[in-house]
Amino acid sequence: MGTQILFAILAAVAVVCGIGVVVSASPVRSALNLVLVLCSVALLYLTLNASFVAAIQIIVYAGAIMVLFLFVVMILNLGSPEPLVNKLKPQTPLAVVAGLVLIGVIASVVASIPPQASGRLLPEATTGALTIGLSLFSPAWVFPFEAVSVLLLVATVGAVVLATRRAL
Amino acid sequence: MAMAPVHIPLFYYLIVSAILFALGTIGVIVRRNAIIMFMCIELMLNAVNLSLVAFSRYLSDIGGQLMVIFVMAVAAAEVAVGLGIIVSIFRNRESINIDTLDVMKG
Repeated sequence: MGTQILFAILAAVAVVCGIGVVVSASPVRSALNLVLVLCSVALLYLTLNASFVAAIQIIVYAGAIMVLFLFVVMILNLGSPEPLVNKLKPQTPLAVVAGLVLIGVIASVVASIPPQASGRLLPEATTGALTIGLSLFSPAWVFPFEAVSVLLLVATVGAVVLATRRAL
Repeated sequence: MAMAPVHIPLFYYLIVSAILFALGTIGVIVRRNAIIMFMCIELMLNAVNLSLVAFSRYLSDIGGQLMVIFVMAVAAAEVAVGLGIIVSIFRNRESINIDTLDVMKG
């Protein structure tokens, strides 16, 4: 019972703060709402016994990526929103309708998934850093792992080039 | 084991994930501020991550969690390059409103 209440609270926080990300006028508020979404999703990972992924979520997303976002918002002095001339005003209700349709489509697909027997859950012993590290270097996953390391190198070089070039 | 733990159905996690994904989609369509659009993309990535972790647990396959780690690495790379582009656009045009960025006739 406690798990269900915890899940309900976390899901509600995630959805409410997700709405906050979309409707906040100022980018700083959006970013802080997004931090709350990330933290509640990390706690949802914990309810799924994915402790390593939850820790990575906090460290990489809430710790590194969001700091980068806030850093850029403050460097560009975007804290106070400029009055935006929205050329696409009729787009807004259409976007909401499209979002609701998207939820409905995904829900109808999800509802057709057969429920799994609870005996086949991932055991808790296989969600730690040791198991994840060993499976990451297993033959099935080692090539994507190396590809991601090359991707990170390319992104680092790209960010440095973009930052040092004076005029595009 | 005294009592069987209560499990939340997979369905609930997938519904939360769908709602977060749709919110991200709406944000990308509606907002005109490039940084907020970027944050909405992060929201969509997180929604997908949540469903991957939920599938990983309920299908008893650790591959879902490994995919989440790859998604996070790609998101970090994307944010580093994307924010670099946004900063250099702001340097040139003093604005990151998407409506003013029409040199590519998009």
